[in-house]
Amino acid sequence: MKRKLCILVAILAMILVTATGCSSEEKEVINVLNYDIYIDKTLITDFEKENNVTIKYDTYSTPEEMYIKAKAGASNYDLIISSEYMIERMINEGMVNKLNFANIPNYQYIGEQFKNQPYDPDNKYAVPYFWGTLGILYNKNAVDVSSKSWNILWDKKYDQRIIMMDSQRDSFGAALKLLGYSLNTVNEKELDEAKALLLKQKPLVMAYITDGAPDIMINEEADMALVWSGEAVSAMAENENLDFIVPKEGSNIWIDAMFVPETSKNQQLAEKFINFLCSKESTLRNIDEVWYSTVNTEAIKEVPEELINNKAFNLSNEDIKNMEMFRDPKEFIDLYSKRWTEIIAEKSK
Amino acid sequence: MKDRTKYFSYPYIVWIIIFILLPSFLVLLYSITTKESNGITTINFTLNNYKMFFEQLYINILFDSIWLAALSTVICLVLGYPAAYIIANTNISKRNTLLFLCILPMWMNMLLRTYAWMTILGNNGLINNFLVFIGLPKVTLLYTKGATVMGMVYNFLPFMILPIYTALSKMDTGLIEAANDLGADNKTVFRKIILPLSMPGVISGIIMVFMPAVSTFIIPQLLGGNKNMMIGNLIEKLFILNGDWNFGSAISIIMMIIILISMSIMNKFDVDKEGGARLW
Amino acid sequence: MVKRHLSKVYMAILFIFLYAPIIVLAVYSFNESKSRGNWTGFSLKWYIELFQDRDIKMALYYTVSIALISAIISTLLGTIASIGINNIKGNIKSVILNINYLPVVNPDIVTGISLMILYISLNINLGFNTMLISHIVFGTPYVILSILPKLKQLDVNMTEAAMDLGATPMYALRKVIIPEIKPGIITGFLTAFTLSIDDFIISYFTKGEGVTNLSIVIYSMARRGVRPTINALSTIMLSAVLLLMIIINKRSTAAEKSKKNEKRRGL
Repeated sequence: MKRKLCILVAILAMILVTATGCSSEEKEVINVLNYDIYIDKTLITDFEKENNVTIKYDTYSTPEEMYIKAKAGASNYDLIISSEYMIERMINEGMVNKLNFANIPNYQYIGEQFKNQPYDPDNKYAVPYFWGTLGILYNKNAVDVSSKSWNILWDKKYDQRIIMMDSQRDSFGAALKLLGYSLNTVNEKELDEAKALLLKQKPLVMAYITDGAPDIMINEEADMALVWSGEAVSAMAENENLDFIVPKEGSNIWIDAMFVPETSKNQQLAEKFINFLCSKESTLRNIDEVWYSTVNTEAIKEVPEELINNKAFNLSNEDIKNMEMFRDPKEFIDLYSKRWTEIIAEKSK
Repeated sequence: MKDRTKYFSYPYIVWIIIFILLPSFLVLLYSITTKESNGITTINFTLNNYKMFFEQLYINILFDSIWLAALSTVICLVLGYPAAYIIANTNISKRNTLLFLCILPMWMNMLLRTYAWMTILGNNGLINNFLVFIGLPKVTLLYTKGATVMGMVYNFLPFMILPIYTALSKMDTGLIEAANDLGADNKTVFRKIILPLSMPGVISGIIMVFMPAVSTFIIPQLLGGNKNMMIGNLIEKLFILNGDWNFGSAISIIMMIIILISMSIMNKFDVDKEGGARLW
Repeated sequence: MVKRHLSKVYMAILFIFLYAPIIVLAVYSFNESKSRGNWTGFSLKWYIELFQDRDIKMALYYTVSIALISAIISTLLGTIASIGINNIKGNIKSVILNINYLPVVNPDIVTGISLMILYISLNINLGFNTMLISHIVFGTPYVILSILPKLKQLDVNMTEAAMDLGATPMYALRKVIIPEIKPGIITGFLTAFTLSIDDFIISYFTKGEGVTNLSIVIYSMARRGVRPTINALSTIMLSAVLLLMIIINKRSTAAEKSKKNEKRRGL
C-alpha cells in the first residue's frame, strides 16, 4: 500500500514537471506586468487565443516595486503598465524603448488631452491606459463636506474613522496641497511642515491602507478615506451612502500608461497587445471590470449611463482645474521616504 | 564503508555553498557598500549603513518590534504551558485527539488565519455586532497594537504548546513519584522537577514564537493598519519600496546577529541539541 | 475534582480561541451577502465564484506542484546528505551543520531577500525555477533535522553485521539503514511539504513570470478587503486538512496497535 502511494506521488510529480516544462514551447510568449486587478482577465485569454500566443501575467502593487524589479533585471518584461512619474524616471534612465506607432493604429482613439504630457512630451514611449485623480471618498450621512477642503481629513470629529493611504506620495500629496505647496516639492522646509501635519493627523487615523479602503467604506466601518477616483467609482456603485469629492485646494491628476521596457524580447507582439487593449471593445470590457476613468474617446461614447452619472468616473472640469501631475523626484525621493518612515514608526495606539 | 558514504554529503555541501553561503555573503556585501549612482556600480566600502541604523528612529523601530514580539511570546507561554501540561497529563486515548486539535490550526494557511481576525475585529465585524446586539457600545479592535499582538499569539500559540508538550511527555514520571514519596507537595514537585525538566521545551517554544514574531510584516500590516512599523516592515519597505538594498541588507544582518545571539544564549539552557523545529 | 474541571474548562476556552475564527470564516462562506457582520441567508455562490476564479486556480496549481516537487527533491537531497554528514568527523561536521541550519534559524524575510539578491546577481530570471529552488533551500534542512537524530540512534553494529554476513555497502544501505530511518524520512518529507504549501514571505520575494502561490493570492485579496470567496477557500482547505489529519491519525493509531500486538506476541 505504501509502495503504491509512493509510486503514485512520483508519477504525479513527474506529470507536473513535464506539464510545467513543455507548456508553451512553440508559441510566442510575452511577459506582462501590471497593477493588481487592473485588467479584465478575459482580455488576456482572448488575445492569447486569437493570436495563438502565451501571455505570462504578473502583478505588483506599487510603482516603486515595479521599478525595482524591472531595474534589477528580475524578469524580461515585454509590456509594463504603470504610473506616469515612474515611467518618466525609467525613460530618463534609458530603460524604455521607443514605440513603433505603426503597430498601434488604435492610438488615434486616445484623447488628445492625455497626450503630450510632461512624462512623455513627444509621445514616443507610452500609451495611456486609465486616468484619474486623488480625492476623498466619504459617507454622506456621516461627514459634512461643505468646506470642500482637504481639512476634512484632519477633523477631530471623525476620530478613528479616517483612512489614509499607505503610499507616501499620495498621503503627502494631500498634506502638501492643504498647505498650498506643490506635491512635487523637494523643499525640505515644506516637507517638514507636511510631515508635522501628517503626524498631527496620525492619532485620528484608523489605518493606512492602499487598495483596501473601498471595502471598508462600503461596509461603513469608516467615515472617509483618501482614495483614487477609480476606487471611489465602484464603492459608490455598491453603497448609495458614499460620495466623492476632489478638494478645492487642488489635487493630483494621474495617468497610468503602457510601455515597452528595454528588456523586452518581443516588442512587436507587445505592441500588438497594446493595440488590442486600445480598441473600443477591449476598453469597454476593461472599464466594466476595472471601473476607472477612460482615456478612450470612442469608448466613452458607449459607457453605461450609471457610470456617466458617477461623479468619480466622469470627473468634471471643475474637479480637474488646480491639478498637478506627479513628477519623478529622482534622488530627492529619499526626502519623502525618510519622513514617511518617521510618520509610520511614530508610536500610536 | 564509512569513508565512502562521507562522499554522499559532497553534493549537498556544494548546494549549501551556492544557496546558503553565497546569498548571505552577498547580503553582507551589500550592507558594507554604498548605493550605486547613475547605474555605475561603485564599490565603496563603508560602515555607513550600519551607522545609519543607530539613529533614534530605527532603534525605536527595533525596540518596538522586540517589545511586541516579547509580549506575544510571554502570552503564548502563559497560555501554552498550562495547555501542554494538561495534555501531557491526559490519558493516552484522549491525548492524541487533543494534540490533533492543537496541530490542526498550524496546518491552516497563516494568511488565512490572520485574515480571519480581520473579519471578526472590524467595526462592523462579528464582535462589535454582538456588542451592539447586547446593548454595549462598539469597541475599536482592528488596526490597533492589541490586534497585532492578538494576531501573533493566535498564529504562533501551537508552536509554543507542542515543544513544551514533547518535553513534558518525555519526562520520567518515576521522578515525580519519588519526590512525592520523599514528602514533597505538588507545588515543590512542580518547581523543582517538572519546570526544570520542561525547560528545553520551553526554550524551543520561545524561539519558535519569538523569531517569526519579531520579523513578521504581514500581521502589523493587515491587523495593525500599518500604524506601527516593525523591523520586518522596515526591511520590506527598504527593499521593495525605497530600493535601498544597502541599508536594507545592513538591517537584515543586524537582525540575523540579534537572533543568533539570542539563540546561543537560549541554547546554553538547552541540553538536548536536537531541539529545533518540532512540528510533530 | 476541581482541578479536572478547571483543566477541561481551560482547554475548552483555548480551543474556542483557536477555532472560533476559522469556524466563523467557514460559516460566513455560506452567507448570501458579502457583509461580514450580518447573516442574510444560505448560499453556495461564493463556492461557485471560487471555482471560476482563474487566479486562484493557477495559484493552487503552482502551490501544490511546487510543494510536491520541492518536497520530493528536498527529501532525496536531505536523505543522502544526512547519511553523508553523519559520517563526517570533527569540526567540519559542526560547521556544515550550522550553515545547513541557517535557513531554519533565519527569519523568512532574510532568507527570502538573500535568495532574491542571489538570483538577481547571477542574472537568473525570477519565475517557477527560482521559487522551486528557494523552497528546496528551506525544505532540505528540515529533512536533515528529522533524519540525523534517527541516524545517530542507528546501531552502527547492525550495518557492520550486515556486511559481515556478505552484504555490499549499497545493499546494507537499502535494506538496513533506510528502513531504520524511514520515520525520519517521512517526517522530513511531510515537514518540507507543509512548509512549502504555507510559505508566503520567501515565495513573495522570489516569484515572477506569472508564477504565484496561494498565500500570495490570499495576501493580495486580504489587502483588498474581505471577500467571501476567501472564506470559501479557507473552508475547503480546512476540510482538506481535517481529512488528511484524520487519515494520518487513523494510520498512526493502527500502526501503534499493530506494534503493540507484535510486542505482545513477543517479537
